[in-house]
Amino acid sequence: MSAPTVSLDLSGAQPVVSLRGDWTLGELEGRLDGLRDEMSAPGVRSATHWDLGQIGRLDTLGAAVLWRAWGDRLPEALTVDPRTRRMLDTVAVLGERRRDVGPRIGPLEAVAAIGRTAFSVGRQMTALLAMIGQIALDLVHSVRRPHELPLREMSANLFKTGVTALPITALLGFLIGIVLSYLSALQLRTFGADVFIINILGIGIIRELGPVLVAVLVAGRSGSAMTAQLGVMRVTEEIDALITMGVPRSLRLILPKVAALVCAMPLLVLWTSAAALFGGMVAASIQLDIGYGFFLDTLPRVVPIANLYIGLVKGVAFGLVIALVACHFGLSVLPNTESLSANTTRSVVSAITCVILVDAAFAIATRQIGMPGG
Amino acid sequence: MSDPVIDIRGLVTKFGSNVVHQDIDLAVPRGEVVALVGGSGSGKTTLLRQVIGLLRPDAGTIRLFGQPLFSGDVLADRQLRRRFGVLFQHGALFSALNVFENIAFPLRELRWLDRDAIRDLVMVKLAMVELEPRHAWLMPAELSGGMVKRVALARALSLEPELLLLDEPTAGLDPDRSQAFVDLIRGLCGQLGLTVVLVTHDLDTLAALATRVAVLGDQRILAFGPLDHVMNVDHPFIRSFFCAERMQRVSVPGRS
Repeated sequence: MSAPTVSLDLSGAQPVVSLRGDWTLGELEGRLDGLRDEMSAPGVRSATHWDLGQIGRLDTLGAAVLWRAWGDRLPEALTVDPRTRRMLDTVAVLGERRRDVGPRIGPLEAVAAIGRTAFSVGRQMTALLAMIGQIALDLVHSVRRPHELPLREMSANLFKTGVTALPITALLGFLIGIVLSYLSALQLRTFGADVFIINILGIGIIRELGPVLVAVLVAGRSGSAMTAQLGVMRVTEEIDALITMGVPRSLRLILPKVAALVCAMPLLVLWTSAAALFGGMVAASIQLDIGYGFFLDTLPRVVPIANLYIGLVKGVAFGLVIALVACHFGLSVLPNTESLSANTTRSVVSAITCVILVDAAFAIATRQIGMPGG
Repeated sequence: MSDPVIDIRGLVTKFGSNVVHQDIDLAVPRGEVVALVGGSGSGKTTLLRQVIGLLRPDAGTIRLFGQPLFSGDVLADRQLRRRFGVLFQHGALFSALNVFENIAFPLRELRWLDRDAIRDLVMVKLAMVELEPRHAWLMPAELSGGMVKRVALARALSLEPELLLLDEPTAGLDPDRSQAFVDLIRGLCGQLGLTVVLVTHDLDTLAALATRVAVLGDQRILAFGPLDHVMNVDHPFIRSFFCAERMQRVSVPGRS
């Protein structure tokens, strides 16, 4: 191991540049710029005879550096042993590859990107529609052959998406209820309209907040898990194995997930709304001195029962949307890690967006129903 | 002859109560191509993973270039790990990076090479493994099995290693590609003066590449030496592994 050096010998008829030492990755560290400067000095550049006879080791980096210093060609006169010569021949490919850079991004690329995005959205929609159709066909198939229903998978999914979500949804609902009740109480008290807290909490939570809150939580919790699970199964070719065994993937993988979430969501909505109302009730009793008995007594009188049905139907619709979106993105994962993470993100974001869209549609469609005094 | 590149002494490996290696001693001299063979479950890959420091043996020492793998000095350990390259069985390319970035990654991690030098080096490495410049912008998912191996080899070679470790270099390639890949490795070894350790099941690969063969079995090294010497060791596993007709097929084209 010795440091690489460049020396210029002017004693002979022609100037000779001799290189010594190891021109390797390890030895060139920190010396690269200095050596490049030395080799681009006028005296060295004009020299035509290079002596590499006493060079120690030469690796790809050293050879590439020399090749560049020589202006992408071998010098006219070169003293070199065969082994070093072979390494120089290896880097000679750089001559033809010097201008090879990555594909350029032109100004039209931005327009093309918009077009590509539009097509990709179109393709996603088509694929989603095809999946819904397939699930409908599977349902018909299952009705005709009930023994083929994947009941075990359904119950496993029901447990995973429903039962294990109970603690976190309850906690979240309870805290949101407290916050909502506390903030409303501050305003209502200034108008002396304390008792309307029950109307606000009842309608707000049962009809709107409960379903949306659960949907957002479930999309992040179960939707992402479904996408990741299906995605990994694609990456590891497990889905291909299933299909090869004659097990239809939609019947065995997608239907149980959709069915489980459609069953679990309304129940979770009921549970979370109850927790949120309980939280609101606690806050109201502390803040406004509204007793539990009075609260529970007044609630059914001021909140028409239709609101509860709307909330539950929303739960079913949201569950369907989340499961469909999650399964769709899971199945469109390409076999690489990048695509897996991108699709999981897309799945959660799309599911929440779709839930909000569906919620808006519900708000418009049910504007005549369930309003007190309406 | 100088010190061995890999020096394994008294290596013991246990998984629970299952003893995989019992007192293994192995010294790989510089410039040799050593093939590790053995039946499934004989601990070839485990031994390889211990040599590259992914697993730690239960007892015994492994020294590379005369230095221990885990010296406790972070910088020395890192320095040592840059002196060998590993070709994983499935390539282990970073799927989020394209071919160029994959090969450039170890060079970038050095943090002192400039962009032009890195580009030059990547292009030379691509040429070394006989890939076209246009392949540099492909993603690993777009490559065929043979190309993945080539890119992985280029990445393993990017830090100019003195020691190259290959885990099943030709597994999953058709005979034609596998032959081409073996030729490529042999050419590169000759050119770069590498020491190579490879794990393989493939007798063609073994016969074409290895200058020495180490046979693992019964928790120890059954035989270590040139191929024709190892073949004649009298042991049931070696006899069945190198059984007559299989070797005949391989040794007809033969190597000098």
